[in-house]
Amino acid sequence: MGKKILLEHVNVPGINTLEVYRQNGGYASVEKSLKTMAPEVIVEEVKKSGLRGRGGAGFPTGMKWSFLAKPEGVERYLVVNADESEPGTFKDRYLMEKIPHILIEGMITSSFALGAKTSYIYIRGEYFYVARILEAAIEEAYAAGLLGKNILGTNFSHDVFVQIGAGAYICGEETALLESLEGKRGNPRIKPPFPAIAGLYGCPTVVNNVETIAAVPYIVMNGGDAYAKIGIGRSTGTKLISASGHINKPGVYEIEMGITVEDFIYSDEYCGGILNGKKLKAVVAGGSSVPILPAGFILTTEKGEPRLMTYESLSDGGFVSGTSMGSGGFIVYDETTSIVKNLYTFARFYHHESCGQCSPCREGTGWMEKILHRILEGHGKPSDIDLLWDIQRKIEGNTICPLGDAAAWPVASAIRHFRAEFEEYINHPERITDVKHLQELVS
Amino acid sequence: MAKVTIDGQSIEVPDGTTILQAARMIGGDNVPPAMCYYSKLKTSGGYCRTCIVKVSKGSDKDPRPMPKLVPSCRTTVMDGMEVQNNTSPEVLEARRGVVEFLLINHPLDCPICDQAGECHLQDLGYENGAAKTRYDFPRRKFEMIDIGPYIKLHMTRCIMCFRCIKVADQITDNRSQGMLFRGDASEISTYIEKVIDNDFSGNVIDVCPVGALTDRMNRFKSRVWFTKPMDAHRDCKKCSGKVTLWEKGEEVLRVTSRKDKWGEAEEWICNECRFEKKHINDWVIEGPRQVDPHSVISLNHYQNVLKLKLESGKPQKQMLLGKK
Repeated sequence: MGKKILLEHVNVPGINTLEVYRQNGGYASVEKSLKTMAPEVIVEEVKKSGLRGRGGAGFPTGMKWSFLAKPEGVERYLVVNADESEPGTFKDRYLMEKIPHILIEGMITSSFALGAKTSYIYIRGEYFYVARILEAAIEEAYAAGLLGKNILGTNFSHDVFVQIGAGAYICGEETALLESLEGKRGNPRIKPPFPAIAGLYGCPTVVNNVETIAAVPYIVMNGGDAYAKIGIGRSTGTKLISASGHINKPGVYEIEMGITVEDFIYSDEYCGGILNGKKLKAVVAGGSSVPILPAGFILTTEKGEPRLMTYESLSDGGFVSGTSMGSGGFIVYDETTSIVKNLYTFARFYHHESCGQCSPCREGTGWMEKILHRILEGHGKPSDIDLLWDIQRKIEGNTICPLGDAAAWPVASAIRHFRAEFEEYINHPERITDVKHLQELVS
Repeated sequence: MAKVTIDGQSIEVPDGTTILQAARMIGGDNVPPAMCYYSKLKTSGGYCRTCIVKVSKGSDKDPRPMPKLVPSCRTTVMDGMEVQNNTSPEVLEARRGVVEFLLINHPLDCPICDQAGECHLQDLGYENGAAKTRYDFPRRKFEMIDIGPYIKLHMTRCIMCFRCIKVADQITDNRSQGMLFRGDASEISTYIEKVIDNDFSGNVIDVCPVGALTDRMNRFKSRVWFTKPMDAHRDCKKCSGKVTLWEKGEEVLRVTSRKDKWGEAEEWICNECRFEKKHINDWVIEGPRQVDPHSVISLNHYQNVLKLKLESGKPQKQMLLGKK
């Protein structure tokens, strides 16, 4: 069994209540940090821990914190991004639903380190019941003196608010989230300035993922070095993986960084192998935005080494033969899956969720969806594959926010690795509906 | 001050200047095209992506190139920065992509569009577009909306530059139009077609780079190249009263603000000047408006025909050097 940091007590009955949570060592980091540590020391420990943002980009958290501007007399904010909308990702929901207090504890400690008097949890609209759980937990924390004025008798005061979004994918992008939190239309801002300089209401702001903040209590209690010992290289600590698709045991798993992908898919401790004993066809390793990889590339890198569940190993080979850790939304496809159909679903999603601000994403995502729909319906043209390739190339990197990239990468990778399947859809649409024929294409 | 080099031409500009502004200061052929940026509107720019450039050297302090192409209208210069615009095949390729994206849902109804001849999208298409479209799906369509008695909103032609929203935000007292819906279904609209009732609302027509917002009083009256632009002024309590009249014979077909060489209004004008003073006697005529000799508008601009012949013979760069 790998080490568990976040989900260690997930099966303790009543862990969602403050009482049981405290019996299991909860809120000790608040006590320790507020009474014995200086804010800079906490930031230093987080830096040492090597903790990286768990929302998708994997940016070092300690570094992000140290970028926060600290002008005199200006409020600073911590905003927790709980707008978990990446298709295939459901880890934050599980964590908040089961152990809401770990997030609140992390927020108090982190806010103390950042000097924020107020913090917000921006949670997606579909998670309204999770928001209730969080609100109940916050109320408990207020009653116990862990939130509000002079927490635990110290000089530090802090308030936490939960804000429910309206369900737009784009509001998971940090600046769109801030716009939405301010009560405006959730459109990404043009950067610079970055939130660390001018974020919420124009004040310096740190936006972190739920899982990132939930890892802070462990780092405060055990030190950054202890956290950095877990994992391999620059991928330290544990990571929550939302496993879904054609596997025997879908669910949320906390893994130590560095286990092999093969182990994760096939061992009984995690996914438990492919459903119905079928063959593995492809994996989307980090939520719908990251490149899809065929079985050969996801299990071993181009150099022939086994691929590990770390930021570095998953992205080994760039986008030619690698992918990305992303948000940890691990979607497994067996040999009967149609990659084109799957890609159409993704493309439709990105078209629907594009905010419409900048032209490449607004027009390009819709165009790609239409072409994929045509291919899927058996009306594709031989030139469509190259056209799709060209469109995605012209979107990638030319948009305000990463949604354009997120829409482009799945298209690029599907064409790169499964071009034969696209050609089959275009040249022999009558054959492709046969699942057996799809299986033959894999081998 | 910061020294920036764009396509090999260097200039010293004040700190905080954007790459696009610096390029406009240098002038010539290397100015990136801009569809959504408008120097007189705060926070404009960054949306259309036509002005993207490559920063091949960040600054003297940090010479690393920027990882992606950047919108020149929203990127400020650093001392020692080196920028590639027309000299970078990557930029030209990406720009052609952006132009294609802008055009796939545009109706290309130039023959019946009042904006034709002074349309920035037309110019952009000529310079950076492909001769043939690769888009073979039905194009997006919207119903036309009359925003009050003076302005026609033809959303089908809109390219979402957000300039009209910024005008309403920054020039007029209150904004009643904005962006509705999302992605390629989004549209500029007054909420439930509410009339924009404001003394300066007509300026949205001037800032619109395409024919999405047009003057209802001038609708289908004449092609722009058959009209004669004349600078004129009058005493106005609300605005400066400095305008351009677009005449056909003795008739004033249209009144607009005076546009500079980047197509931007020099001064905002009020609705009274724009829509209600359509008689030649309302105005003190200053003389013919100088329009870019390469513009189609200059075709019938006979007053300066000799000068025009001389100027159009020279390459543009030389002209600009001569002006200095």
